[in-house]
Amino acid sequence: MAGGASTGGSSQSETFAPARYWLLLPSWVTLTILVLAPVSMMMGYSFLTKEFRGGVIWEFSLSAYDQFFFDRGLFGDDPPVLQWTYISIFWRSIWQAGVATLMSLVIGFPTAYFIATRPEKERAIWVFLVTIPYWVNLLIRTVSMKFLLRDQGPLNDLLVGSGLLSEPLTIVNTNFAVQLGLFYSYLPFMVLPIYAAAERYNFALSEAAADLYATRWTVLRRILLPSVKPGIVAGCILVFVPSLGSFLAPDLLGGAKNFMIGSLIEEQFKGNAGNWPFGAAASMILLTLVMVILLISARQQAKGGK
Amino acid sequence: MQLHSDRPIAVDVRDAVKVYGDFTALKRVSLSIHDNEFFTLLGPSGCGKTTLLRMIAGFEDVTEGSIALFGEPIAALPPHKRPVNTVFQNYALFPHMTVLDNVGFGLEMLGRSKSEARKRAGEVLDMVQLSQFSSRKPSQLSGGQQQRVALARALAPQPKVLLLDEPLSALDLKLRKAMQLELKHLQRETGITFIFVTHDQEEALTMSDRIAVMSAGELQQLGDAREIYERPKNRFVADFIGDTNLIEVTVDAVAEGQAKCHLGGGHALICDAVEGVKAGDKVHMSMRPERLFLSEEPIAAEGFRGTVRENIFIGTDITTIVALNEGPDFTIRASNSSRGNSRVFDIGAEVVVNMEQGAGRLLTD
Repeated sequence: MAGGASTGGSSQSETFAPARYWLLLPSWVTLTILVLAPVSMMMGYSFLTKEFRGGVIWEFSLSAYDQFFFDRGLFGDDPPVLQWTYISIFWRSIWQAGVATLMSLVIGFPTAYFIATRPEKERAIWVFLVTIPYWVNLLIRTVSMKFLLRDQGPLNDLLVGSGLLSEPLTIVNTNFAVQLGLFYSYLPFMVLPIYAAAERYNFALSEAAADLYATRWTVLRRILLPSVKPGIVAGCILVFVPSLGSFLAPDLLGGAKNFMIGSLIEEQFKGNAGNWPFGAAASMILLTLVMVILLISARQQAKGGK
Repeated sequence: MQLHSDRPIAVDVRDAVKVYGDFTALKRVSLSIHDNEFFTLLGPSGCGKTTLLRMIAGFEDVTEGSIALFGEPIAALPPHKRPVNTVFQNYALFPHMTVLDNVGFGLEMLGRSKSEARKRAGEVLDMVQLSQFSSRKPSQLSGGQQQRVALARALAPQPKVLLLDEPLSALDLKLRKAMQLELKHLQRETGITFIFVTHDQEEALTMSDRIAVMSAGELQQLGDAREIYERPKNRFVADFIGDTNLIEVTVDAVAEGQAKCHLGGGHALICDAVEGVKAGDKVHMSMRPERLFLSEEPIAAEGFRGTVRENIFIGTDITTIVALNEGPDFTIRASNSSRGNSRVFDIGAEVVVNMEQGAGRLLTD
């Protein structure tokens, strides 16, 4: 951004050059306090030794990462074997977040397209309606969802009562419940960026394609989707990343079997049973994973935009 | 000029009506467009010309009436099943595809292989002199070049009818004039029927074999350029096409195809009678400024005496505004050349406004 300003502007940007740094100061301070400092602290803690009642001993150690990836037996003197427990929790998290993202895309894309094709005056109302559930706290929404989905809940009452099912469907404490919870938590983050992209879409392009003998399906695949792709990518990242680290939905809807990284990390900092360096290490691994995903998508975007 | 009426009918619109909610955009329009014809729908914005074009393309459904393409009814077909292609007003080029892929898109959709589509697209790009830009994205082209790509894209699948929705309106004047001729030549070379929508009457006169003048959802007049310009049917057409003096006259007598009239202030004149005009009627008369000329003294019986109010120099012509003694103002246009009977008078000069033979045209509404 600074590069763009200095190459684009001539005398004007030179006049503002000294002021620019001062004006950016609040942003830099905020970012340092809220992003740079905590991440550095977390990284530091991940390389310390754990103290048994929570907290840390200030001594460098790689044991947190070692514990994450390797199993050295009960007394820690067996030869190291790859430890699948945590890796599989990570893998499950990626899978759950991925399915939730896919569900959000399948529901969010038509929703966004629908809003973008309304008359201009109506669109603000539809966008507002999409965000209404998010005025309620996430915890309350997730608990309510559990109440709706449980065996004796309204959904099953309806399904059994109407004769569609003879026995209640078990949804709570399954992977699907977690996916549903994540999907519901983050759906607007899919709808809004796609809507923003679809609103800018020139619908004459769809007409032009139809005029050139493209069927509706081909228009969607060859013209509309490539045009709103930046919005889709942004939406997927905005749903996938928080889903990956989420702990409310897996905790409340998934039960003990359907543990995700977020819960794993949360456990490490709770009460006396925790392991701070291990929690910090798991966070760092999660952070690295997310960064890699973002970098790949940024590179893809840059390639596509050329 | 060839007679188009001998050729088969390419597009036949019968009693077409288009209603949006409580607004009627098109009120029972019927017209036949012949094969290999350059046909123009001309009218001010909101007259229904674009609606009619979009109905032929299939983007708007037909509320009532029928549209046939070479005898086949098409009103119920979706756009992708109609063998017509459109050049859109703002080109609507696919921004994520190269110029070549844009032009080849239609052929690909028709089931040609990608290599075949590209080959044909290359040929069409050659035709519009853009082959050196084939690997660029549309955003890397100028407006005029994008316009040509849009044209090439619509021509590539060899449609039976090409629809053009004000394709030149975004270009500057010089480029627009050049494109007008180019489009005309392209139409002759390809033999494809062109239906061209514009609000620019000069553009319509320059290019068209026939022009349909539309206003308020209705067809006002259909004819070739000369007919529309010289024999306008009503006040709207006379006023919309070119400049004219619209003067209120009273008909005194009609006999032997001639009408004797007088205008405000008692100036008398004789002109061709038109159907439906009888003695005692108060009607309008259209007199084109270039068919009036000024003289110091009366030349014929029907000159109007007046005073020069203003001279406007517009390069090719000089426009003079004359106020009649007791009567309306007249606009007279003289060619800026030393030939002919044009003569420029100073402001304030006493002059006589003369009409060429047949310059006055009575309008029934």
